[in-house]
Amino acid sequence: MALSPFRFAWQDSRGMRRRLVLYVSAMALGVAALVAIRSFGINLERAVEEQSREVFGSDLEVRRSAAFPDSTEALLDSLATATDAAVVREASFPSMARFPASGDGDGRTRLVQVRALDGPYPLYGAVETTPADAASLVGRDTTGALIDATLLLQMEAAVGDSVQIGGRTYPITGQVDGVPGQTDVAGLVGPRVYLPLAALDSTLLGFGSRARYSAAFRFADDAVLEQVLPSLDAAEVRYETAGDEQQEVSEASGYLARFLSLVGFVALLLGGIGVASSVSVYVSEKAETVATLRCLGVSSARVLSTYALQAVALGFVGATLGAALGVGVQRLLPVVFAPFLPVEVSNAIAPRAVLEGVAVGLGAALLFALLPLVGVRRVPPLRALRDDARARGQDPLRWLLAALLVAAVFGFAFVQTQTIRGAAAFVAGTAAVFALLALAAVVVRGVVRRVVRPGLPWAWRQGLANLHAPGNQTLVLLLTLGLGVFLVLALGLVQRSILEQVALPSDQAGAPDVVLFDVQPDQRDSLRQLVQGEGLPVVEEVPLVSMRISAIEGVPVDTLAETSDASFDGGEGGPERWALQREYRSTYRSELVDSETLAEGTFQGTVAPDADVVPISLEVELALDLDVEIGSRITWNVGGTDIETEITSLREVDWARVSPNFFAVFPAGPLDAAPQTAILLTRAGSPERSASLQSAVVEAFPNVSAVDVRLVLDLVDRVLSRVAFVLRFMALFAVVTGLVVLAGAVRVALAQRTREAVVLRTLGASRAQVRRILLAEYVLLGLLAALTGGLLAVAGAWGVATFAFQIPFQPDLSWLGWALLIVPVLTAVVGLAGSRGALRQPPLAVLRAEG
Amino acid sequence: MDGPVLSVQDLTKTFSNAGRDLTVLDSVSFDVPAGATCAIVGPSGSGKTTLLGLCAGLDRPTRGSVRLTGTDLGPLDEDARAALRAETVGFVFQSFRLLPTLTALENVAVPVELRGESGAREAAHDLLDRVGLADRSGHYPTQLSGGEQQRVALARAFAGRPRLLFADEPTGNLDTETGERVERLLFDLNREAGTALVVVTHDLELAQRCEQVVRLKGGRLVEDARTGTAPAGDVPRDGALGDDAPASGGRQQAEAA
Repeated sequence: MALSPFRFAWQDSRGMRRRLVLYVSAMALGVAALVAIRSFGINLERAVEEQSREVFGSDLEVRRSAAFPDSTEALLDSLATATDAAVVREASFPSMARFPASGDGDGRTRLVQVRALDGPYPLYGAVETTPADAASLVGRDTTGALIDATLLLQMEAAVGDSVQIGGRTYPITGQVDGVPGQTDVAGLVGPRVYLPLAALDSTLLGFGSRARYSAAFRFADDAVLEQVLPSLDAAEVRYETAGDEQQEVSEASGYLARFLSLVGFVALLLGGIGVASSVSVYVSEKAETVATLRCLGVSSARVLSTYALQAVALGFVGATLGAALGVGVQRLLPVVFAPFLPVEVSNAIAPRAVLEGVAVGLGAALLFALLPLVGVRRVPPLRALRDDARARGQDPLRWLLAALLVAAVFGFAFVQTQTIRGAAAFVAGTAAVFALLALAAVVVRGVVRRVVRPGLPWAWRQGLANLHAPGNQTLVLLLTLGLGVFLVLALGLVQRSILEQVALPSDQAGAPDVVLFDVQPDQRDSLRQLVQGEGLPVVEEVPLVSMRISAIEGVPVDTLAETSDASFDGGEGGPERWALQREYRSTYRSELVDSETLAEGTFQGTVAPDADVVPISLEVELALDLDVEIGSRITWNVGGTDIETEITSLREVDWARVSPNFFAVFPAGPLDAAPQTAILLTRAGSPERSASLQSAVVEAFPNVSAVDVRLVLDLVDRVLSRVAFVLRFMALFAVVTGLVVLAGAVRVALAQRTREAVVLRTLGASRAQVRRILLAEYVLLGLLAALTGGLLAVAGAWGVATFAFQIPFQPDLSWLGWALLIVPVLTAVVGLAGSRGALRQPPLAVLRAEG
Repeated sequence: MDGPVLSVQDLTKTFSNAGRDLTVLDSVSFDVPAGATCAIVGPSGSGKTTLLGLCAGLDRPTRGSVRLTGTDLGPLDEDARAALRAETVGFVFQSFRLLPTLTALENVAVPVELRGESGAREAAHDLLDRVGLADRSGHYPTQLSGGEQQRVALARAFAGRPRLLFADEPTGNLDTETGERVERLLFDLNREAGTALVVVTHDLELAQRCEQVVRLKGGRLVEDARTGTAPAGDVPRDGALGDDAPASGGRQQAEAA
């Protein structure tokens, strides 16, 4: 037929185009989020590829958690000579650093990560230092120390001062501003001090030291690397190459990008719901036009294609708008993520991301729009004669579309998570949250209607009534706004709970707040005296014995490891490899402590030092992972000596408590003489006394490290805040989408609103009264959304805290209060701004337009 | 063509509501010859609009048959009936039902374009000229008075050169004077094009001008009479068009549908 569907679709959209664009701009933010994250992901991948050598720092690195045996040393030396490679040797370990000139001359101390280097560091990339020429000193200087800028700032020290590490004092020759491959967050956790390897206090590398050793190589080219690897394999030396690292970083960053894509996708789904709801109102307004067309003999398929064309065109506009916005947002992402990333990510536009975003957005817009649009097929032509003519029965096509929509969501989630389980979980989780929100919205709405209504002033009752009026969009708005509130609040509440949890112990009277560790057996008595001399209590003294499992039930651990399970699934199908092969730091004592509860068996506190079989207690989860139970025999290798043990009890351990907790606890006696170190816990009570204690300890026992629990909490807070910021940044897309959907819904309802306003004004209501009714409606809507989303957030956060983190839930209800204040105001502002037209119309013009 | 343009046999429509059957149309039979004019009259709720809807194939009867230009509507599905309407039927509604997003000219052109014929705009323009609205062809429905809108609707109804025109209270939303002009135009166009006219109306004067009157009461046919009147033959053709020209200033406010 010659009635061109394109032309007719264009003609039919007259006067509605601006309004229609608003419908689809709800999709724009979701598309923006996807485009931004995808572009960022692509750029990140490219950056990792390009900067992998800088990130890794070398072509090849041989690492060990103890000094290299002589055979390995000889092999490494011969390799270096044979290939003419540049080599950097490193020993890295945590230690106390004392800055004698800081703190008004009393000195300040802090736990730092020492990197003792020897060689032309870095092998790739460059270190940034102040002064700039100090960079050449890293790894080559024989006397001085270079220190992370943030640490110098914290310690109020500067280049030219000195720092004491172990028993030696070094002049500070430079401030390190940037090292390739190191993230800001890592620097936050363990600020670095760069020392010359040759000038290290060797006692720091003695027994109980947690030093890691490495040798990094830079070869002339990759071919040399390939030649070298076989000899390392033959000698069974463990190594890593820049390629391995690149793969790991790629995988990790891929997970990050895909996870964030899913968060962005939630925004897109929200927008989709907004589109579906707007289009359904649009379709109902178009019913008469459709009926007339049908009377004139237009087929239902033609009618549908007309509106589908409009949906496609608008979806394209929305998606393009979103892609443009996404390109803008994407320029911000490298800044947001910089603290977490070991590479510098460019903010170049990735065309592939833009195309994908537009395609996904267009597809989503079309699917969501079609859901209500297929209804136009079923508008009976009789509607042109009778306003009450309605289609009867269910539309199977609508169910088909809904199924298609679910399949599409599943498909997208599958692409992101790359597992069927992950995709199914995403679909189920999203559906559950939507369903819960919808249910909560219905319940809250019903309750409010019944409870509040009689006593309210007229305008408020009218506004409330509008929420129940036929054709209202209350449910959709509660869903979209509520989900935004839910996301932001739930994230905040979980974060609070974690912080409250770790903060709790130090607030309890007498709970330890300073931990001294790496205490050698011969230092225990004098350290205890020192602490008590400072006027502080020794809350707990815990011995630590390093050990490995050598056999279970007489079967050597190597044999077990061959058939073991490399996954972390809680003991399904035999013992897990990590549990078999890890190094255990166990303790011995005669009773259980507060953070432990006996789950099974009897705890035996003391046995004779020469007992043949030692009764021990294992942590419940570990027993599962090792696939052992009460009565099982485990042989432990303690400093070269095998100790035969039998599990006589299992303990539940509250790992969240800031106190030393253990997988395996031995009775007092058999380990008394084993090689060991100790932890001493005390309570300083104030930062000043803590600082003074740490100074005194470092002075007397340079190898002993101190951790101030307050600093750790502060650190956890800072790291969590940054993570939370990223998550909230993504959640923001959902929130803003909620507002756009609101704006769209307000615009959609404008015709209806205008009719109501005109009738009210014809009956004698003032503009101010009509405005009050609208204000009441939107404030109530915002309140309901905040209440629904907020209550669900509290429930959700409780669930996450209780089941995922297994910590007590600490609801911070002030957040809920803020949501209840801010959301209604925002809703009212958007709602009133969108309804201005309804108030401006003179009644006469509207009556005329009715014809 | 031989035979009636519309043939209704034993037409019955029953609605089920809350378990109770309500028969709104009960065994109605009548024929409308080609080119004839037929009025369907009766009190409110007597089943007039239901009968019209069934005759035009907008709804399906519970029992009985409708033949439009010789084609039995019974076996046709909704889209086939729509195609038949596009070919043979024109419509005029009480509340005009112009497409609000199209101009007067575009509204009139729709039936021609639906048939895929060329020259739709020219034909539409001629028809608008015929109803005296050539100078308002670019206006949107909301910019026209009720009488003007109904004249555009008339032009649209005739644009497809239908064999049969259904009119549902065509003057019901117009004041007496405007209504009469629209009425005259309706009969003129009917006579010129040889289109049969089926008009549902309360207006007995309008009914009297038709050659055939079908009277309904409580869903039953109580009278199918030939009035024998020559339809509107004495009305001067030119006068019918000039009086309601927009320039007259007597624009009428349309009531809400």
